[in-house]
Amino acid sequence: MGEFKVHRVRFFDYMPAAIRAMAFNRRTERLALARADGALEIFNFADNYFQEKVIPGQDGRAVEALCWVGRRLFSAGLNGEITEYDLENLRPRYTVEAYGGPIWTISAVAYSLSGCVPCQVGCEDGTVKMFEVLEDRIQFQRNLDRQKGRIISLCWHPSASLIAAGMMDMIRIFDVETGKGVGASKSKEVVVWSIAFLSDHTIISGDSAGKVQIWDGLTGTLARTHLVTKWDVLALSDESSLVAGTSEGTVVQFQFLSSTLDGQNKDWVRTRTFKNHSHDVRALVHTETAVVSGGMDTQLVVRPLLDKVEKNTQESAMRKMAFPHRSLVCCAKKAGLLLFQFPDHLELWRLGESDGHGNPGDSLPVKRKPEKLIQLKRKGEDHICCSALSPCGGWLAYSTVTSFRLYRLQNNTISITKVSKLPKDLRSAHQLCFSTDSSRLFASSINSSVVVVALNQPECKYLHTLKPKSGEQQPTTASVSLSVRLQLHCTVPVYGSCPTAIAIHPTSSNLVVVHADQQIFEYSLVQKEYTEWSRRLQKQGLHSLWLERDTPITHVTFNPKHPAHIILHDMFMFCVIDQSLPLPEAKTRLFNQMILRSLPEPMRILHRHAFKMCKTFQNLMCVRLLEDHSLVVVERPLLDIMSQLPAPVRQKRFAT
Amino acid sequence: MVEHGDIRVVHRGGSKINSREPVVTNDSRFLLCASGERVKVFSTSTEECVHDLRGHTDLVTGVLLRPTNHLQVYSCSVDGTVRLWDFTDGILIKTYDIGYPVYAIYASANHEGVFFIVTPTQSDNRSELFQLVAVHLPQSGDQLVEAQELSAVLSNVSSNPAATGFGRGGEYIASAKGLHLEVYFFKKQKSYRFSLKEDNKKGGKNTLMCIACHPKDDCIATGHEDGKIRLWRNFNHKKEYTYTTLHWHHNAVSSLRFTPEGTNLLSGGLESVLVQWRYNQESERDFLPRLGSAITHIAVSPDGTLFCTSHSDNKITIIQSCVKVSAVIQGLVNGESVRTDLMVDPRSKSLVLNGKPGHLQFYSLQRDKLLYNLDIVQQEYIHELGLQQFEVVKVAFDAPGNWMATVEERKPKAAEPEINLKLWAFDEQTQSFVLNTTVSAPHEAQITSMCFSQAADGQTSMLVSASEDGHFKAWQLPRSACTEGPSWSCDFVGDYRGLAPQCCCFSADGSLLAVSFQEVVTVWSPASWELLTTLSQPPKAIRDLCFGRLGCSKYLMGTTASNLLCCWNLLTCSLEWSTSMDVSLLLSDPLTENMAAFCCQAESTDLFVFKPSEPRPVASLKAVCSGKVTRAVFAPREEMLESCEESSQWLNRSQLYFLTQHMDLMTFTTKAEEDRLAASSKQLFIDDSVAMTPFYLLLGKHRKQENQDSLTRLSAELMPLPRGSLAIKELLQSPAHVLPSTSVLCSMFVESLLVSVADGSEESKHAEEEMESEKEEEDSEGEMESRTPRPEPASPGLQSAESAAPALTKAQLKELRRVKKLDHGWLADLLLS
Repeated sequence: MGEFKVHRVRFFDYMPAAIRAMAFNRRTERLALARADGALEIFNFADNYFQEKVIPGQDGRAVEALCWVGRRLFSAGLNGEITEYDLENLRPRYTVEAYGGPIWTISAVAYSLSGCVPCQVGCEDGTVKMFEVLEDRIQFQRNLDRQKGRIISLCWHPSASLIAAGMMDMIRIFDVETGKGVGASKSKEVVVWSIAFLSDHTIISGDSAGKVQIWDGLTGTLARTHLVTKWDVLALSDESSLVAGTSEGTVVQFQFLSSTLDGQNKDWVRTRTFKNHSHDVRALVHTETAVVSGGMDTQLVVRPLLDKVEKNTQESAMRKMAFPHRSLVCCAKKAGLLLFQFPDHLELWRLGESDGHGNPGDSLPVKRKPEKLIQLKRKGEDHICCSALSPCGGWLAYSTVTSFRLYRLQNNTISITKVSKLPKDLRSAHQLCFSTDSSRLFASSINSSVVVVALNQPECKYLHTLKPKSGEQQPTTASVSLSVRLQLHCTVPVYGSCPTAIAIHPTSSNLVVVHADQQIFEYSLVQKEYTEWSRRLQKQGLHSLWLERDTPITHVTFNPKHPAHIILHDMFMFCVIDQSLPLPEAKTRLFNQMILRSLPEPMRILHRHAFKMCKTFQNLMCVRLLEDHSLVVVERPLLDIMSQLPAPVRQKRFAT
Repeated sequence: MVEHGDIRVVHRGGSKINSREPVVTNDSRFLLCASGERVKVFSTSTEECVHDLRGHTDLVTGVLLRPTNHLQVYSCSVDGTVRLWDFTDGILIKTYDIGYPVYAIYASANHEGVFFIVTPTQSDNRSELFQLVAVHLPQSGDQLVEAQELSAVLSNVSSNPAATGFGRGGEYIASAKGLHLEVYFFKKQKSYRFSLKEDNKKGGKNTLMCIACHPKDDCIATGHEDGKIRLWRNFNHKKEYTYTTLHWHHNAVSSLRFTPEGTNLLSGGLESVLVQWRYNQESERDFLPRLGSAITHIAVSPDGTLFCTSHSDNKITIIQSCVKVSAVIQGLVNGESVRTDLMVDPRSKSLVLNGKPGHLQFYSLQRDKLLYNLDIVQQEYIHELGLQQFEVVKVAFDAPGNWMATVEERKPKAAEPEINLKLWAFDEQTQSFVLNTTVSAPHEAQITSMCFSQAADGQTSMLVSASEDGHFKAWQLPRSACTEGPSWSCDFVGDYRGLAPQCCCFSADGSLLAVSFQEVVTVWSPASWELLTTLSQPPKAIRDLCFGRLGCSKYLMGTTASNLLCCWNLLTCSLEWSTSMDVSLLLSDPLTENMAAFCCQAESTDLFVFKPSEPRPVASLKAVCSGKVTRAVFAPREEMLESCEESSQWLNRSQLYFLTQHMDLMTFTTKAEEDRLAASSKQLFIDDSVAMTPFYLLLGKHRKQENQDSLTRLSAELMPLPRGSLAIKELLQSPAHVLPSTSVLCSMFVESLLVSVADGSEESKHAEEEMESEKEEEDSEGEMESRTPRPEPASPGLQSAESAAPALTKAQLKELRRVKKLDHGWLADLLLS
């Protein structure tokens, strides 16, 4: 696969924010996830759990609850506002003040016969407010009976006529028609963090005393108490089985089982316990086949229930999603600069240098240490959504939801000047990209348009706007290179899975697309058809181990010295695909680098195949090939992230 | 078991009572447990052994109450039979001959006429594969029934009985083996199999250890090697099965049991804590800690009032509703190693060896009961893996049993061993040993051997200890009567060329002390501490040293590491004879001239019994057991056996007990002895079969009195019982509700006591008549001392028959007199009342 001098970068202090809330849309199989910094992420569960969209956060926006109404996503937070999001342009659409103090919970009826869908919020001042979801906005409808103490949790009865509210020390059932409370169940001094209302009028509550309690909603009596933990039960999610997340990081499953195999006498029984988190589980979703949990330790965990899926398949494997499915690192290939993107600032680093020569595998002495050149704080309260650095290192651009900024970097000196005159069309961008000669900037903008800007010495000039035909999805990941095409050149055939990384080969003009289901396509832009290699790959099929990997490829690049080489990477490995070598058979070992090394030269040729994978570096944020043929590897060990988290709930562990 | 003519190696006493789960009867009055080749019936309130169900010829592997009759019990054994007993009377009702070794037995009330057994898949015993087989009981009135109708239910099950269990209402049977749980539904005739991963990520071991089925719900609890308990539900689905995990134990769960109503789950393991989980409320649990040692089995009485736990130290604890321990039935503690030799306490004639950690146990072989534990170390025992504890390594008793010496040792890593020598005096009042002297660091290195002088006078006791530091020390009790009581002190320190002494031994009269220094045996005079002579037999070191007894006291026997057995004549100071054999243990019988040598040859041990005077064995037994025998002891019999056969005569006065490699206490029994035992049990059975009504008490006696001529031999044998014991026996053994009023009994009881005095006086009157047969009288007196009625051997030799005849008539006369007197007493009472 060739030898590289590797810059092993570990100074990117990427720190994801804690997960606060989740909502799952069963119809579209999308999971909406809100983080503590106000950012929202949409995962497509149908498409290999790919992180489709990211809506950057905002200072002061604390999302406490999320809910889907059809394809529309609403959030409510402690700032007392309800926000609807524009999922096309990845920004909040509008915000409605609820006038009830901080909002703790939001809940919508799962389905409704009439056109208008009621939506409810629970407020600090003890009111449950009903809103009507209209075509383009939501409208306040009325208040339900005001209670003493805040409303922490809400759950609709499936018939949409009753709603259960979890409060301080109390669970209250409201009749939606009259707005009156119809029943209440009182318990001792607890906070009812979470509540579930089942169709047989059973109410299940999780509270701060560590109990999951099962109530009869008709009589308001306690049926059964499960003491789950010594600490809070923070999240509940229901189906025929129910899961409860606790502040010690466990997720406990309850199932509605009959005590005898043939009997009717069913009961809620505590069954499994999953321990996938080190910190509080703040958000839980029970899908058809899996338990999805997230919390303070920032990881999203999808734990399939083995009784619902086929065993020992890709579906039954547990997934932990720690890193975003896009690149937060930008690399200036010629200048040897790295740009790290944080929500509220950017960092520009110069890579270290070494003149030593060593054996493969040795670590070389560092002549010049890597240094941080610039830390650029963003303006305004919106978080940075994308950034880019030109290959020559002379230009730097970033964008938030509302503003776009371009800076001129003086060559190799630490000085930065803002380019003040920017074209009007360039208000914000989802993706930014510079051409290889640093003369053009491409920005994907609102309404799926791509703005092309020519960069000349003092100022920049607007060139074109590429607008896609109507009906096309807005590009999620763009990596345009090389040349500007003034007219639409061609349309790449549509594939069912979302592309995670694309790149155009600098010499042969082949477009390489990697999809979320790990498929790789190579499309010749000249001939406007799939290349021979791509057809061969599709015919033979990819190796099963390759398809079983659970993180998407986040970047594709090429090796200028070896035009046949494609360099890809995901979170756990990077791979060099040599198009000149035979493709691996289904029975051959995919990870054969160690074996190859031990074999003599003639045998090695026999065992070689196109996929050369390297797992030396773990938890990869970025792998780039520099101009001088050295490789930059940006690692962010999960242990470093763990060590920066707040201390978990102290637990007495046996034998300590 | 190996047979050698008429001598057999048997388990007798000290067998494990914790090998299988005990069974509590429906009324919670009795506890049944498998003990060696027998089933023992204990009373749950008094801890006494009520019955001893004998009949199996090999280890009993399971006890099970008959589901259809709660007064009957099944027992299965490796000998290939299942026996049905009436445990209240101790009668064998039926024997089912299976033909294959049986390792476990199960039955359910819903499967009438069927029981389920675990047998090896192949017919030979060594097979590792076991199967669960249903046995259909043939309807037959015979006592011995051959069960031929076998049908396999599950193949490849575990031989551990705790790994299989019946589910609710006998609808299914669940069995665990390795990482698999298999549930077989009888109605659907379908089995479901669930597997666990070999290892989970955290290093826990998922192997299933035990199983318990909920009596009311369809829930199976399994205990695992990593201490987890899983509650399985929905197991009639291949995929939608589910389980809850409970975790408290830090080590393997060895037993699980649901209470009869299913409200609680009991679990136990190495922690020696009984954990009670609330069913469906598993976060609440109760603990009963400090049960002494690891729990191996848990049993619950059918009414749920009593829990029984078997422990790894051969103990059964009876617990009243998880609150308090109400009774403890303690068997011989079988530790992992017996560091002290087997010893016999001269006073109580009990076997003394290591028991609980830091304790010595005194075990009565005759009564098969632990007498008491003596705390030697007197330190708190803390269980922790790898922690070095004080251990009792040597024990010695002096001849009359007044003194006991113990050596305890702790060997910390990379440090000098800590050694304490303790001397204990027997206290007549408390009937136990009291610490007299503690000598800390008596030697600088490990003590290799220790013995008391066997002096007959009993005035001065001397203790000699030999140590690896190259010295042997003599310890003596100073004669001067100090005010604080006597205290032992060192009298003499001897050494020989700086060599380390290995063994020391006093001659029978205490006039000579032999100490071996590697290949040299030095003989010392304890009176003057003068080195009398040295004997040596190069090239290898002496391993064992032993003086001859009685007529052979001039001989000194020794074994060397070069497989040589030597006999020196101390009068000539020369080697009398020697023979080449690999003797692992040499010991002398204190009551006879006989010596026993265990030889290890090709993985099995042979026994040779010989007299030092002649190099020809009196008896030899080949292949006594597998492995090396390193511990054995001659225990004196309570009464002499009268065996005429030459090969078994050496067993007449004392019995030889030995420990096998697997820590089983075995002994040798002669055919004559066995027959006698069998006869006595048969007689017991006849005795008990007659209902003990007050009517019987009246009329039974009358009949005996009136029909003197027709007194059977059987009843005659009953007569020479210890005086009054019959009455006492009647009093104790007949059920309370059939006894006459206490006033009647009281006078009867007192009368029975009075008779003995009268008898004595009568005897003295007739002393002259009896002069002639004094010797015989003595013998029969000896017989009379015994507590259990022992009939004459069924096939007695000529000699014994002759001696028995006159004794009988005498005994008859005596008994007649006694009965006359006794009858008058309570007839009168009855008439009055």
